[in-house]
Amino acid sequence: MRLSRRETLILGLGGVAAAALPLPAMAAAEEAIAAFTGGATPGTGGLTLTAPEIAENGNTVPISVDAPGASAILVLALGNPTPPVATFNFGPAAGSQSASTRIRLAKTQEVLAIAKMADGSFVEARSTVKVTIGGCGG
Amino acid sequence: MISRREFWQAGMAASAIVGASGLGNWGRLAAQQALTQDQLLAFEDFGNVTLIHITDIHAQMRPVWFREPSINLGVGEVKGLPPHVTGAEFLKTFGIEPGSTMAYALTSDDFQALARGYGRMGGMDRVSTVVKAIRAARPEALLLDGGDTWHGSLTALKSQGQDVVDVMNALGVEAMTSHWEWTLGTERVMEIVDSLPFPFLGANIFDVEWDEPAFEPYKMFERGGVKIAVIGQAFPYLPIANPKWMFPEYSFGIREERMQEVVDEVRAAGADLVVCLSHNGFDVDRKMAGRVQGIDVILTGHTHDAIPEPVLVGDTILIASGSNGKFVSRVDLDVRDGRMMGFRTRLIPIFSDVIEADPEITAVIEAGRAPYRDEAEEVIGTTESLLYRRGNFNGTWDDLICDAVRSERDAQIALSPGVRWGPTLLPGEDITREDILGVTAMTYGQCYRTEMTGADLKLILEDVADNLFNTDPYYQQGGDMVRVGGLSYRIDISQEIGKRIDQLTLTDTGAAIDPATSYTVAGWASVNEGTEGPQIWEVIEDHVRKLGTVRRDPAETVTVTGL
Repeated sequence: MRLSRRETLILGLGGVAAAALPLPAMAAAEEAIAAFTGGATPGTGGLTLTAPEIAENGNTVPISVDAPGASAILVLALGNPTPPVATFNFGPAAGSQSASTRIRLAKTQEVLAIAKMADGSFVEARSTVKVTIGGCGG
Repeated sequence: MISRREFWQAGMAASAIVGASGLGNWGRLAAQQALTQDQLLAFEDFGNVTLIHITDIHAQMRPVWFREPSINLGVGEVKGLPPHVTGAEFLKTFGIEPGSTMAYALTSDDFQALARGYGRMGGMDRVSTVVKAIRAARPEALLLDGGDTWHGSLTALKSQGQDVVDVMNALGVEAMTSHWEWTLGTERVMEIVDSLPFPFLGANIFDVEWDEPAFEPYKMFERGGVKIAVIGQAFPYLPIANPKWMFPEYSFGIREERMQEVVDEVRAAGADLVVCLSHNGFDVDRKMAGRVQGIDVILTGHTHDAIPEPVLVGDTILIASGSNGKFVSRVDLDVRDGRMMGFRTRLIPIFSDVIEADPEITAVIEAGRAPYRDEAEEVIGTTESLLYRRGNFNGTWDDLICDAVRSERDAQIALSPGVRWGPTLLPGEDITREDILGVTAMTYGQCYRTEMTGADLKLILEDVADNLFNTDPYYQQGGDMVRVGGLSYRIDISQEIGKRIDQLTLTDTGAAIDPATSYTVAGWASVNEGTEGPQIWEVIEDHVRKLGTVRRDPAETVTVTGL
């Protein structure tokens, strides 16, 4: 993944380290999820994933995640050839546990975020982002 | 145009036709003999705040015929709910008598006969008379424009929206939001915005580079001791449905969480009443109303629905004021102790033969029109058929346009965008250049010719169908189905994307469309930069000149299932 100047700035201010996940291209989303959660089943609530319903440009789709109290948030684009997008790790000095980035989506798909909470539990949030060929709004 | 005095006589003359159809009731026409401006404006003042809403004018400064859709299907949770009711069902839902003035204004049944009886609707000089009458009763009434204002006519295209801007400024609009305005391009939009005596609102317009708010999200008004926050919401899917290369600096989107933030912000700033001036489209607004807390009134726009009563979602009322100047909504509210305690609304039909024109605005309209009058009024042909656009799948205007595109561009298949603007012509009328531009005027009207495989065609139809029939309104873009010429298909609107469209055939031969075969396809309004071809209105003009007289029955090339 690539961080823009602004996003890097935000991350820096928050005392956050962002780590790209250079998994092999063929690695399945399941592997990334299992590696992150250790096999635990995520619940819901406490994590907000903000993404557009329809991408204006599938090559650069702005998304943000926010999970107060989380220690890490994993983001996956489930329909991409390489689903893992990023894992945001939040240190104790982080002023907030949120991050924004832009991701590339190959086609209409679900974006999945999983947050590891302070108590070791996991929560998830999903959002379908449509990548369209363009239409004719009235 | 018939004069005001002739309103009734024309109604009588039309009654024979209505009677013959077996649907109308000319006794109802007779009941309208006494229809007056005073009756149209009658309103018992209520509460302490008045909003006046106009939207989707589409640059129609003068009265027009505008036939409402006979097919306007809803899916999922909104199936069968307004605005997804038409014809007799619509009349029944709202207790409107067949053949009455409101039946004419709001539905398509007996349109031809009723149109001849009741006359054209709209005209911004008539709208002005209504606005002034409301202001006479309520001097602090707030006039709000929901956008799609600076686009849709020959004069607006030629003057880059200036003729409309001048009229709206003279009318005293106090805030607006936007959609087609952006197809004038960023530079022109900013030039106009800088000149406006009122704010151009868009809480959901963001800067592409920094993903930060780029326009004023709201304006706080103080009227009669009430603090009113008007939040603007521009059309969310501008960079997708329209050419984003014309306004590359901006990003839009529904941005529900942003709307909630702004509502919270204005409430914290002391707003007693929160109004959202929206160009989301009705179903999107209905969903948003149920998810964003704290909006009292959504003045909806974009999908051109005219609904005679407010639709309630929780404590929020939704007002749908139609399009093309046909209606003005008056919304009276009782706001006390920082709360909306009650409302009284009226969708006022602008019968142009009944409501007097405001000469001050007529003069502004004519001044804007003068440089283009001769060009606009040139007669290109005549029509023996009713030419209309609205409907989910086709209309005779687009059937004619597809005929023109196929014939003039020598293509097997024509595609025409499913936009919802464009007035109607009655049988027997001349077709002027202005009439043709009324259904086509745009800044990207090039009529392209290309080759597409059968698989491409299916993909396009599926994609557009999902913009219309996705069961989640947030994925709907608010247009109608792309119109096709030379191509027949079946659509099951209850399916999901990829599974709605089948039985694609070439209409002329009945041959099945083969996914791997290439077909010649011509169309217009491509969102791609650098599209080449003659302007669509020139293509239509050439075709109509050759025909001389247009006769076009509605196409029967689309089979709809899953209702």
